[in-house]
Amino acid sequence: MAYLALMGLQLAASPVAGGGTGSYVVTGDAIMAPLVGGKGDPARGAALISDRQRSLCTLCHSGPFPDSHLHGTLAPDLTGVGARLSEGQIRLRVVDMKRLAPNTIMPSYYRVAEEQGRRVATVWRGKPILTGADIEDIVAYLTTLKG
Amino acid sequence: MHALWRLAAVGAAAICGIVSAAGIEDGEKRSGFDFMTPETQALQADEMSNPGMLWVLQGEQLWQQAEGRADVACAGCHDDASQTMRGVAARYPAFDAATGRPIDLAGRINSCRAERQQAEPLAPESDALLALTAYVAHQSRGMPITPGTDARLAPFRDNGRRLFQSRIGQLQLSCASCHDDNWGKRLGGSVIPQAHPTGYPLYRLEWQTVGSLQRRLRNCMIGVRAEPFAFGAPELVDLELHLTERASGLLVETPAVRP
Repeated sequence: MAYLALMGLQLAASPVAGGGTGSYVVTGDAIMAPLVGGKGDPARGAALISDRQRSLCTLCHSGPFPDSHLHGTLAPDLTGVGARLSEGQIRLRVVDMKRLAPNTIMPSYYRVAEEQGRRVATVWRGKPILTGADIEDIVAYLTTLKG
Repeated sequence: MHALWRLAAVGAAAICGIVSAAGIEDGEKRSGFDFMTPETQALQADEMSNPGMLWVLQGEQLWQQAEGRADVACAGCHDDASQTMRGVAARYPAFDAATGRPIDLAGRINSCRAERQQAEPLAPESDALLALTAYVAHQSRGMPITPGTDARLAPFRDNGRRLFQSRIGQLQLSCASCHDDNWGKRLGGSVIPQAHPTGYPLYRLEWQTVGSLQRRLRNCMIGVRAEPFAFGAPELVDLELHLTERASGLLVETPAVRP
């Protein structure tokens, strides 16, 4: 019950806060519907994947991206991920991988980190790592990686 | 009832076993030195080229210099550091009876300044404090890290372990996420070391200067988008206590060089 109330709060608060996250529906291990209206832009997604300050993706993942000597080896190679996973499966993994693997080191990109004892730095407090539109761009790009 | 308690104890031991197995096995313990390129290793190993030695030499001068209203030098009480300071850094942080909590080497130097020399404290990361700390720590170079056994340290060390394992910041990562569970893999272009504080203060090529363990810990906290603890914060000393226990047996390298 408390959980439901909390969820309700989060949903109600997000449009007001602007930087918060919207709601989404998980079906199995996927989020079928886009997080925001409009189609993601694969070109923007490609640029964002390689942005080491903003998306941080290549700090852990390698893949068919520029500067391969700066790619991390902490997470699976993303080459061909669009053939292995559906668009909806990719979306959930970017949004909240912890839902599938609670101990993963992959951050939940669309979940606002709970502040209790977490020392989230002021500039990041109350914000997800990426916006819904950013994630849709990344999803649009990753689905093009067929092998 | 007794049998129940025994069962509980066995259960607790099993859980502890699992927890400690998640750390680094003794045979796998390696200094950050081992993860560096041969060029950077050579830079550290040769005292003539190790840039950290400039701070050690400055520290040697400061050691002899009278300070404060008491107009006394470190050497005035402690005499020849190569004798009196040998092994000291290898067992720090130590319990400080005056404050009732652990104190790190830089903190001890500043408390000595206040009490014995009646001088102003040296600022965190100031050249003078780094130099004196590096000079004192250098006297333990090559000696194994031997954590203090004072029982009063235990609760603070436990807190350090808790902090090490706590996920923090917007990225929700703990120290352990990388340095226990994923050392040896690459984060971006850099190999993740095991995070043993063997050579502080050390010369970091990225910094182009010497810095303290606290500076390094704050860097990592900022990296996971957390609010870093302030310099001198008790939590940073607690973390150091846990780190020195983890690093127990590795050799002091001060002044180390790191990428």
